Amino acid sequence: MGRSYENRNEDSTMELRPILSTLLRHKTAAALIVLEIALSCAIVCNALFLIGNRIERINLVSGVAENEVVRVQLTGIGKDDNADALTRSDLATLRGLPGVKAATVTNQVPFVNSSWNTSVNMTKDQKQPTLGATVYMADSQFLDTLGPKIVAGRQFAPDEFIEWAALDAPDSKVSIPSVIITRSLADKLFPGQDAVGRSFYSWGDDPIRIVGVVDHLVRPSDQGGPAAHEYSMVFPINVPYSLGGNYLLRTEPGRRAEVLKAAVAALERNGPNRIILTDNTKTMEELRSAYYRADRAMVWLLVAVIVALLVVTALGIVGLASFWVQQRTKQIGVRRALGATKGQILRYFQTENFLLATVGIALGMLLAFGINQMLMGKYELPRLPLVYLPIGAVALWLLGQFAVFWPARRAAAVPPAVATRSV
Amino acid sequence: MFTYYLNLALRSFRRNKALTALMVLAIALGIGASMTTLTVFHILSGDPVPTRSGELFYVQLDPEGMTGYTPGEEPAEQVTRFDAQTLLREKRGDRQAMMTGGSLAITPQKQGMSPFYGDARYTTADIFPMFDMPFLYGGGWSATEDERHARVAVIAKALNDKLFGGADSVGRTVRLDSDDFRIVGVLDQWRPTPRFYDMNSDRFGELEQVFVPFSTSRDLKMSRNGSMDCWGDAGSDPEGAAGVNAPCVWIQYWVQLGTPAKVDAYRRYLVNYSDQQRSSGRYERPTNVRLRSVMEWLDYNKVVPSDVRLQVWLAFGFLAVCLLNTVGLLLAKFLRRSGEVGVRRALGASRREIFMQCLVEAGVVGMAGGIVGLALAWLGLWAVRQQPASYAELAHLDPLMLLTTFVLAVGASLLAGVIPAWQAMQVTPAIQLKSQ
Repeated sequence: MGRSYENRNEDSTMELRPILSTLLRHKTAAALIVLEIALSCAIVCNALFLIGNRIERINLVSGVAENEVVRVQLTGIGKDDNADALTRSDLATLRGLPGVKAATVTNQVPFVNSSWNTSVNMTKDQKQPTLGATVYMADSQFLDTLGPKIVAGRQFAPDEFIEWAALDAPDSKVSIPSVIITRSLADKLFPGQDAVGRSFYSWGDDPIRIVGVVDHLVRPSDQGGPAAHEYSMVFPINVPYSLGGNYLLRTEPGRRAEVLKAAVAALERNGPNRIILTDNTKTMEELRSAYYRADRAMVWLLVAVIVALLVVTALGIVGLASFWVQQRTKQIGVRRALGATKGQILRYFQTENFLLATVGIALGMLLAFGINQMLMGKYELPRLPLVYLPIGAVALWLLGQFAVFWPARRAAAVPPAVATRSV
Repeated sequence: MFTYYLNLALRSFRRNKALTALMVLAIALGIGASMTTLTVFHILSGDPVPTRSGELFYVQLDPEGMTGYTPGEEPAEQVTRFDAQTLLREKRGDRQAMMTGGSLAITPQKQGMSPFYGDARYTTADIFPMFDMPFLYGGGWSATEDERHARVAVIAKALNDKLFGGADSVGRTVRLDSDDFRIVGVLDQWRPTPRFYDMNSDRFGELEQVFVPFSTSRDLKMSRNGSMDCWGDAGSDPEGAAGVNAPCVWIQYWVQLGTPAKVDAYRRYLVNYSDQQRSSGRYERPTNVRLRSVMEWLDYNKVVPSDVRLQVWLAFGFLAVCLLNTVGLLLAKFLRRSGEVGVRRALGASRREIFMQCLVEAGVVGMAGGIVGLALAWLGLWAVRQQPASYAELAHLDPLMLLTTFVLAVGASLLAGVIPAWQAMQVTPAIQLKSQ
């Protein structure tokens, strides 16, 4: 054992030259392995990056108490002239249900692809809007039901709430008295400053004063891209159920099914001529899960592609390495007869593979950046972070060593006596 | 000769079962992945109305105010109700229709069936002949009925099956929201993919259940779906943002133009119209109109989801790795038989014949890979159909894709066989025979 340890130290410098000269004699096969590793490395790096992106998206913070909120959606049959009164009585009934902590009615719901968006301006006659944000219309229990936390300023005061019907009336003179916005939007509009007390222009001609800032509240849709995913504002407007038909209820996690069922029954009793949209009546967790289903499917697909790529590449290495071993059986026998140890033969093939993998990985990284450039142009992806390159490199080095081990061991097992036989 | 090569190939496979299986599997995986994604891509990027797509054009005007104006940008994606109604009245195309999506409550008259919610399209008479929509019973309504705000409806086959058990329901009534409508036509199965005429709702979804005259839908204030962009207040219009004079775009406008000359004339007409609107003070922006054909309109909207396009790239990248792998394995296989090649060369086989023999072997591997790959693609498409996307149920192999699979598989493996065959061909008989 001691001796072979000493040998190993000498080997590392001695063996590179014969390996290189052998590889140069098998240019085509060597080039094939290098190319295959390069392509795998490039695809694996980009696929890992895409997976990272998707997972980041799937895990976005919503600001909603997702495991406590349920949503019921319903719609009236035809025009309901009495929608405001019915909405008030619906809410009173829902709030009285056992297990319900808070209930609200709103125009739009997170994780549902239907949203109200508007432009935000800092001055009245601005030519280009500052940005686009989404509008949640909230009654007095909106924040308590959904769960965003006030981090600056205050909740809406009871006298700030206005009626949707008054705002929407022809030639309406009603203006939005105040707004609560997300921290993300506050930081964008007033970087480095306190947003509470400041104003901006959006709906109507009057400035709207910010009275509070919440930590998080996600936009219902992906409008505006990742940077804008929390550009949300909450206006104190009581909407009738006929505007979107969204009732949200907050309860304990364990009572969601029960509350959902009771709420549907209560709403059916409370007003005739309405249809509960059962497909959309779900817990917030279910809505979120459905919203990101395509992203999750993509993640699994990418994982499958990476695994398949690595398996195919490994099998390719095994195939070509076995061929080489077979071709060089006699040469190996001669080396063994001349005193090379099994370990040296093993390491010869391992080093050879390491060299090929290194060249392949270097090429693969260039290729990875090339592919990333193309994806950036076509699919609005960010630049490939450097951290994915060492991950891809280590994966392929390990894969190469793993794949070559079996053929290399077979090579090491070639008896010295082969040298004396003709093949 | 070919059968002899085939025979040699089969014998070589038997000798090297693991290696052969490996090659077939690699090609099959690559082909399976590529064909699955390519089939989905093919379905989603197809022509939704092959009989009419060359003649149908989508109108875009630029009615917005100067606020937010950037020179050179695309005009609004939909038109205002005012513009749609004016263009419709002036009738400058062969056929034309304005439309928007909506949803309404459908109350069955059958006992024991409760009201349900369904998608609707509020539109005008020409839509049915213009889109070449197939009727099972009856037909569309007329322009007169549009003008009279008639309570008539055309229903889809699915709704007719549900409400009337598939019977001819023309002349019967259906309750939509809180009013009765007379059914004038029942559409046969029709599923344009993508649903080209409205890019605002589910682009690969099914046909709407009910079609109702636009004028009637506004009288009854039926609820609308889709996207609406406004750049000002609706003012005193009692209909709000959906009013005729509201500064909002929310209507899709399609026109049928039979010849290129008519297309040019219509484009000039739109430019004139736009100029007139600006001189009368309604429009503020410089004239900026578009008249896109169906395929141009789909292209502009990037209708194939980017995930699907990404998957095609990914699959072909994977196929490339599988092919490189096959090149390497074929090389190993052919060169391992250098001795045999040497004997054949010494017995008089030309280099060309060795080359052909190797290519036949590669082609057979490709063929086998194609068959297994087809099975994998079939499995892959089954997996796609289990996805929640609305186009999922459409993911089936068609004859064209079936053919493509084999062309791709054999073509790719022949390509993969060229370098190894070339190398095998170079084997010098003398050296091989000597070393034996």
